[in-house]
Amino acid sequence: MCTTCGCDDGAKITVTNLQTGQQDHMERAASPQAHPHDHHHGDGHHHGHDHPHDHDHPHDHDHHHDHAESPALAAVAGLHAVTVDLERAILDKNDRLAERNRAWFEGREILALNLVSSSGAGKTTLLERTIRDLKSEIAINVIEGDQQTLNDAERIKAAGAPAVQVNTGTGCHLEADMVRRGLDFLRPAFGSLLMIENVGNLVCPALFDLGERAKVVVLSVTEGDDKPLKYPHMFKAAELMIISKIDLAPHVDFDLDRCEAMAREVNPGIRSIRLSARTGEGLGDWYEWLRQARGSAALPAAE
Amino acid sequence: MHEMGITQSIVAIVVEQAAGRKVTRVTLEIGKLAAVMPDAIRFCFDVVAQGSALDGAALDIVEIPGRARCLDCGGEVMLAEVFGHCACGSRRLERLAGEELNIKSMELETA
Ligand SMILES: Nc1nc2c(ncn2[C@@H]2O[C@H](COP(=O)(O)OP(=O)(O)O)[C@@H](O)[C@H]2O)c(=O)[nH]1
Ligand SMILES: [Mg+2]
Ligand SMILES: [Zn+2]
Ligand SMILES: [Zn+2]
Repeated sequence: MCTTCGCDDGAKITVTNLQTGQQDHMERAASPQAHPHDHHHGDGHHHGHDHPHDHDHPHDHDHHHDHAESPALAAVAGLHAVTVDLERAILDKNDRLAERNRAWFEGREILALNLVSSSGAGKTTLLERTIRDLKSEIAINVIEGDQQTLNDAERIKAAGAPAVQVNTGTGCHLEADMVRRGLDFLRPAFGSLLMIENVGNLVCPALFDLGERAKVVVLSVTEGDDKPLKYPHMFKAAELMIISKIDLAPHVDFDLDRCEAMAREVNPGIRSIRLSARTGEGLGDWYEWLRQARGSAALPAAE
Repeated sequence: MHEMGITQSIVAIVVEQAAGRKVTRVTLEIGKLAAVMPDAIRFCFDVVAQGSALDGAALDIVEIPGRARCLDCGGEVMLAEVFGHCACGSRRLERLAGEELNIKSMELETA
């Protein structure tokens, strides 16, 4: 257990299909402890004596290193280290699995989006509303990531879309293989929309590619408007920033323009949409963005 | 954050590559813009390495400073953060270095 990260190595992942109740359990990256190894290296190391010697001789000075040294010293004396170049990307495995997901999506013209935010920014509420507004026009599937509970996937199901819940335990982000398992349950159709709601966290999900077409970062007006500068990696990685809960803007000290300026400082190409899933304000811009991202004119103009 | 999981990946990759041999040193390359804290990796490493072929191995971390090229004037810019701007005022920067997250090498014990 790492004090910095709070993730621990015993993390168990559970993937639940809300349609059938079926569950799948995954282990995190194979524990290195499972690999036994040999501790005998060095212990058997002996210096051979080429020169003959007389054992009747009372002195042992000419062969002292045969017996007088401790095995440990002998090991050090005979130890050779060899450096092996690895040149391996640490996240190589996840990156490769993400590329496979990406190819799978592209082949099926599925638009996959990775929604990230701090916990409570309004991702699930926005998805519920989006599903209610668009479900008659476009097939939407959702993979919900949370450390615990099936709550969000149940909300999505109630809103009318197939959902899979991935519970990461102590893990603070989704990884590509978890999305793969979710897809095995969902089997999203050709041309559909896949929303992946990541675990509430603005740091770790930035590092783990899931194979999505774009990351969408959600920031609510009840958070600080300087969040783009505080979590630059995420705002840099995102294609779209959604400023959510703008119905609350009059009650809080959140400068929308300042926030957008800071997001552009981190990521000059980022798009911004201001909306409220409660009042519906701005949702039309979001649906328009989805339509364009999907590269299709099949979505309805929103309200 | 994510350093524990990343350290597990490091140890798993090295254990696999070492194929049963004892590892005495691991050298990583971590960019200063990679969103990974070397100190947290160091802390996690001893814990994760315990009982594996990396038990007791030294960990060297080479930190790579952030560097970018300005797409407007062509100048080179040093970056302390993932974002920044050139002396010419432009923010259109192409990252050259600083996002590395690599295992450079391992040192194996041979008798
Ligand atoms: N006032 C207001 N509250 C909202 C809005 N969207 C979400 N919320 C509330 O914010 C809280 C967290 O929302 P949720 O969607 O669960 O956030 P998530 O953790 O990002 O999925 C809930 O109490 C929602 O009712 C909004 O547009 N306006
Ligand atoms: Mg949620
Ligand atoms: Zn993490
Ligand atoms: Zn310049």
